Amino acid sequence: MTTEQAYDTVDMMLNMGPQHPATHGVFRMVLTVDGERVVDVTPHIGYLHRGSEKLAENESYGQVITLFDRLDYVSNLNNELIFCRAAERLMGIDPPERGQYIRVVLAELNRLASHLLFIGTYAIDLGAMTPIMYGFRERERIQNMFESVTGARMMHNFIRIGGVKEDVPPDFVPRVRALADDVERGVEEVDRLLTFNEVFLARTRGIGVIDVPTALSCGLTGPGLRASGVAYDVRKDYPYEVYPYLSYKVPVGENGDCWDRYYMRVLECYESLSMVRQCLDQMEEGPVMAQMRRIARPPKGEVYVHGENPRGDIGVFLVSDGTDKPYRVKVRPPSFCNLVALRPMMRDAYIADAVAILGSLDIVLGEVDR
Amino acid sequence: MIGTLKGMLTTARWLLKRPVTAHYPEQHLPVQERYMGFPALLMDDTADEPFCTGCMVCVRECPTQCMSAQMHDNPKFADGTSHRRKIINEFEINLNRCILCGICVDVCAFDAIEMSYEHELASYARTGSRADLTLLLDLGRRYVDMSGWNPENPEKNVAEVALAKRAAAAAAKAASAGDAAAADEPSEEEE
Repeated sequence: MTTEQAYDTVDMMLNMGPQHPATHGVFRMVLTVDGERVVDVTPHIGYLHRGSEKLAENESYGQVITLFDRLDYVSNLNNELIFCRAAERLMGIDPPERGQYIRVVLAELNRLASHLLFIGTYAIDLGAMTPIMYGFRERERIQNMFESVTGARMMHNFIRIGGVKEDVPPDFVPRVRALADDVERGVEEVDRLLTFNEVFLARTRGIGVIDVPTALSCGLTGPGLRASGVAYDVRKDYPYEVYPYLSYKVPVGENGDCWDRYYMRVLECYESLSMVRQCLDQMEEGPVMAQMRRIARPPKGEVYVHGENPRGDIGVFLVSDGTDKPYRVKVRPPSFCNLVALRPMMRDAYIADAVAILGSLDIVLGEVDR
Repeated sequence: MIGTLKGMLTTARWLLKRPVTAHYPEQHLPVQERYMGFPALLMDDTADEPFCTGCMVCVRECPTQCMSAQMHDNPKFADGTSHRRKIINEFEINLNRCILCGICVDVCAFDAIEMSYEHELASYARTGSRADLTLLLDLGRRYVDMSGWNPENPEKNVAEVALAKRAAAAAAKAASAGDAAAADEPSEEEE
């Protein structure tokens, strides 16, 4: 045996998940490690596959909304919105202005709730136990608001094809204003507690860096892409609903590392709050539901609609054969597409940082596996 | 080292604040007015029977097929104390399958089903998730007590009002027919 062979090292396979607390669901990564460095990573998905797209083909348009609630189960209203917009585009319906404002207020509040959950769980991934309590406290306030408007805390079934289910309660505007102030204080608190914390910076700065060409070729969207320095936001680039009437900034990062991806979401929280306030100022009385037949029956055709979810660019490809059930519903889930960027991000990282990198992508397995 | 201490200090400063969580089994947070719990059936007290006529719309529209219903001819329709020709005989909701979407309430034209405030219905028996007509009506009664619910369309659905309306219409018709025939029998059916 030569000396070279004697000291030759062998890469080791390390299985992480599916029942691992840091994978935020049932997600399995097979890491190939060389000592402490990750050489390669293979994601395994499908543990939460429920066949939502196929199920949707056997349900009427109104019932499909309940399936979309369950895709990305921390930003339900954003999902409902995207499906309803697709069906409306197909049917040529334009929801009344008040309905659109209500939708945008709820969608932005849901984005806030989702980002607050991310901030909390990300801190837990990195070993900080406190921020999740504050994140959840604020999220709880938002969910109480949802409960008073839609009747449910998570699976709302509130945004309907042609508008929203019913008008908001009379005390909605003052309540949301108070809520926005409270949540802003809460976000600032978490921000102060975590963002420039030395320990947190050491765990996230310069970790999982992804450059713009790689990010674009991986199909990364949402805060992950913006952290790399591309100001791509569907709300700005392909405006929908009442977003063109609102003024807001698209936060853009510089380095494309974990900290930037985290910080983009914190900044987006402030932007969402400002958007909610603008909507409340601009909202006028009026109908919330468009005039249409009770049973949605879009004409034959197909349509692709996309929008900005908290996790990125969600798209729905909807094919109708003229009946009351969709012929095909294809979802482009942002979490699933963002997972493609996992491999370039993780190469040459330490095993200890694998959790930080996966956490910074903020995947939701309900959406990845559908 | 100094950085670590600084980080710890930030954490320590938050240590002295008030707790922000409610401890669930001891402390129940109130539900909001629009809260959608499990669906419940409502009772028409004016005729002492449920509003539900067993039209099966909710059964068909349910995304999870969690309901089943059976109707029969309403004996009270025959003796004139109710305006419902058919009445529900059996109604069962599998609460394990129900996803609390509220579609059944949206499609119901008889004000018969409503999302109640019930959400703590866990039971030890496997069959405990099956809510039959008696339980559903009980839940409905509790919901009415708590929320002060009123039927949305009483003229069509509340037996007393609907019967009175029908009687008035019949009386008006009889009166106009009577005018034509110069009859002298006034109707007394006013409630």
